[in-house]
Amino acid sequence: MDSYGLVDPDDVQKAITNKTILISVMHANNEVGTIEPIAEIGKIARERGIPFHTDAVQTVGHIPVDVNELGVDLLAMSAHKLYGPKGVGALYIRKGTRIAPLLHGGEQERRRRAGTENVAAIVGLGKAVEIAQREMGAEVERLTSLRDKLIEGLMGRIEHIRLNGHPTQRLPGNVNVSIEYVEGESMLLNLDLEGIAASTGSACSSSSLEPSHVLMAMGLSHELAHGSLRFSLGRKTNQEDIDRVIEVLPTVVARLRAMSPMLKGV
Amino acid sequence: MYGEKVMDHFRNPRNVGEIENPDGIGHVGNPVCGDIMELYIKVRDSIIVDAKFRTLGCGAAIATSSMVTELVKGKSVEEALKISNRAVAEALGGLPPIKMHCSVLAEEALKSAIDNYLNK
Repeated sequence: MDSYGLVDPDDVQKAITNKTILISVMHANNEVGTIEPIAEIGKIARERGIPFHTDAVQTVGHIPVDVNELGVDLLAMSAHKLYGPKGVGALYIRKGTRIAPLLHGGEQERRRRAGTENVAAIVGLGKAVEIAQREMGAEVERLTSLRDKLIEGLMGRIEHIRLNGHPTQRLPGNVNVSIEYVEGESMLLNLDLEGIAASTGSACSSSSLEPSHVLMAMGLSHELAHGSLRFSLGRKTNQEDIDRVIEVLPTVVARLRAMSPMLKGV
Repeated sequence: MYGEKVMDHFRNPRNVGEIENPDGIGHVGNPVCGDIMELYIKVRDSIIVDAKFRTLGCGAAIATSSMVTELVKGKSVEEALKISNRAVAEALGGLPPIKMHCSVLAEEALKSAIDNYLNK
């Protein structure tokens, strides 16, 4: 991928060999929000006659998703990412795509997935999609505007900050920035004390003590991955929330930088 | 995730800053998570009379930095050398296992500052 987290369709083309049985590219990245050129990759997959799968967990219910426009044969989604119940998801399978079941021993789902269906959860998934579909147009516009206000606000008030992910080809609800000379977990703790929830790609807050593999693959230095912060905007996020983050984060950063040996006196 | 004492030292870190003309400076970095710590000490008649720090790192790194500066003040150089990372973590009421390496950083910074003093 490039420095925006975009997968280059040419790279996919080049990676195909006569042994390739499946292409899988996520629709949008969960950490940096970059929306991948799935339709272009779908064309390549079709030309080469290779089944194409996308993980659309981040996009279904948030931006328009059309399996024909995207040219995918398989598409995975999850209800809880669009305010539906936890523990239920769906796999779209284009007619004629052959899959082998992971769970055996029952006739359910035409023998593709054994086990009694969780009907209540499935109905919940359907309802969540229905509501998301109805509200999507206005919600995309609202969140994109809030997202860009948050990005601009932070960029304008904090020095040595950069946006991670693509500036426009990006999920409406994702803001991911790297702030130099500050560590992510120490920012999270301070934000949490102020009632603001965020996440970080810093090694310090991961159980493996490895920084985010996404940020590293995009070519970020350890230091920049260390100082990354992700904010997720959703249905309940409003202008007031955005204003508050823009007000609080610069003071948190200033306080931590005053303690940092890397940036004395700033 | 952190106990009350760790959060207290994280929110209100003691002894942040530098000492002018310090008698010893320790500068250490932890390659595992990229934390960096600087520790300054002032020594009079083999007693550490003042200690200050600057740290870039997570909550545990900042809290252990703060605690180690508190622990060394008033101690002789010899006593200070015996302060282990466990002692720092215990003084903070414990650290999550995954964060114990942060206390190693604090111990190393202290040893490095004392080495610097002794080799002057």
